[in-house]
Amino acid sequence: MASPLKCDLCPKTATVHLTQIVNNKIHKVDLCEACAQAKGVTDPSGFSLSDLLLKASLNPEAATDAMRCEHCGFTQNDFKKHGRFGCPHCYETFNSMVEPMLDNMHKGTNHTGKVPQKALDRKSLHDRLSALEGNLDQAIKAERYEDAARFRDEINQVKQAVGQKLTR
Amino acid sequence: MTIASLIASPSELTDTASSKCAIVLMTRIRLARNLAGNPFPGWAREAQRETVFEACRDALGASAQMKKGLNVAVSELSDLEKQILVERHLISRELSGAKAGAGVFISKDQTLSVMINEEDHLRIQVLRAGFQLKKTWNAINELDSALEEALDYAFSPTLGYLTACPTNLGTGMRASAMMHLPALVISNQMEKVVRAVNQLGMVVRGLFGEGSDASGSIFQISNQTTLGESEEEIIKRLGSVLNSIVEHEQNARAKLMESDAAKIFDKIGRAYGILQHSHMLSSGEAMNLLSLLRLGIDLGLFPDDSRSVIDRLFIEAQPGHVQQTSKTDLESNQRDSLRAERLRAEFAAFAKPNFTINSHN
Repeated sequence: MASPLKCDLCPKTATVHLTQIVNNKIHKVDLCEACAQAKGVTDPSGFSLSDLLLKASLNPEAATDAMRCEHCGFTQNDFKKHGRFGCPHCYETFNSMVEPMLDNMHKGTNHTGKVPQKALDRKSLHDRLSALEGNLDQAIKAERYEDAARFRDEINQVKQAVGQKLTR
Repeated sequence: MTIASLIASPSELTDTASSKCAIVLMTRIRLARNLAGNPFPGWAREAQRETVFEACRDALGASAQMKKGLNVAVSELSDLEKQILVERHLISRELSGAKAGAGVFISKDQTLSVMINEEDHLRIQVLRAGFQLKKTWNAINELDSALEEALDYAFSPTLGYLTACPTNLGTGMRASAMMHLPALVISNQMEKVVRAVNQLGMVVRGLFGEGSDASGSIFQISNQTTLGESEEEIIKRLGSVLNSIVEHEQNARAKLMESDAAKIFDKIGRAYGILQHSHMLSSGEAMNLLSLLRLGIDLGLFPDDSRSVIDRLFIEAQPGHVQQTSKTDLESNQRDSLRAERLRAEFAAFAKPNFTINSHN
């Protein structure tokens, strides 16, 4: 037999094994006696596996309130309070928390639908432009004027390709 | 276009020819979209919401679809105007209580509406009378692509369109149909239907969305999940669920007519009498009576072309629409009396039910 399962929440050996079907998907949780008590697993009326999965997904050490979105200042506690995120970037910041939630919430975890192609093209052209502008600055500073002329021409080409669509 | 002229104009729901599919009243699709680099409305400061509002307003103002439409900030709308827009399904209740920087664009024909700074930066919506999932999707897809010309949407290759609430990730799409299901209600089968529909990953709600009741036997059925399937797949799945509900409703009607035609005729006949002669009608009661008349039309007791009258009255019997026809502020019982008066006038000239025909519906 394989080595005994460890508790999902602490390093002790798991003695409570739970299986619950949420949205047609099987979820398993293994807990030690103490954690099972603490999470109210022994009280069937007040227990939801999805809540537990949300919490279990967070490594206890990493799950301090230090997790904060650098773009908008949103914290993990704010999500618990509002159930909504602060800004689009939060999905990167809180990725470890979002991923296990999606399993219960959606049919799949990967987007297969429409893609805003025009906006993405615009963004990649924009990124290319800022890179070239950086190169141009450096070339001028280093007095590499032949390179600078080449970068300037490329910048003009990209700008033409973008036409009037580049608004920012 | 001003809000006053929009309210006075015919809308998609109040003035369409009787739809071919009697059971599906309306099809609606909404897309949740956000602008990259900007905090979501619920977390943004007022100045940030204003910035987003202006960017969205410029993009919408430039779109062909919104030419000659209404463009208004929520703060400029009176409570009554907001209520009327909610009753026409053009804005949500959430938007009507929204803070600074919230607004709405509505197309001239009232089939397109875009809410700005509701839960997400943009909530794009298209609605059409009848069962029209494909047409509705094409229209909203086109508007969304037009807006993408000017707006940088927040998007992740794996999670799709990024939304304030993770339940809307992926396509950001909620497709729904408003269905009239009186026979399933009368024969106590709705609970069973709701359970079956839930198991198929769809949600059933009342007429005005989450938490609203199902007066008039009208229900909204929509997709529950938004990530992991393409828009077309979601729409196809919803379509097949809707078709099967239509079939169940038709079977329930046939069964009721077989086993208990007298009971059904009695309900419809009484509803007709009350609509012609009552002097006090709450909106809930009016909805239920109108629902029975609509069933009567589907069963062939009334001429087919009267269905559009009922569909218009479903909206005009709502509190905001009744209030709007009066110059003074009404108490609820005064409104009930005015509602009854308006319905008496409408039904004075309505065709009499013909109970002699043998319906095969």
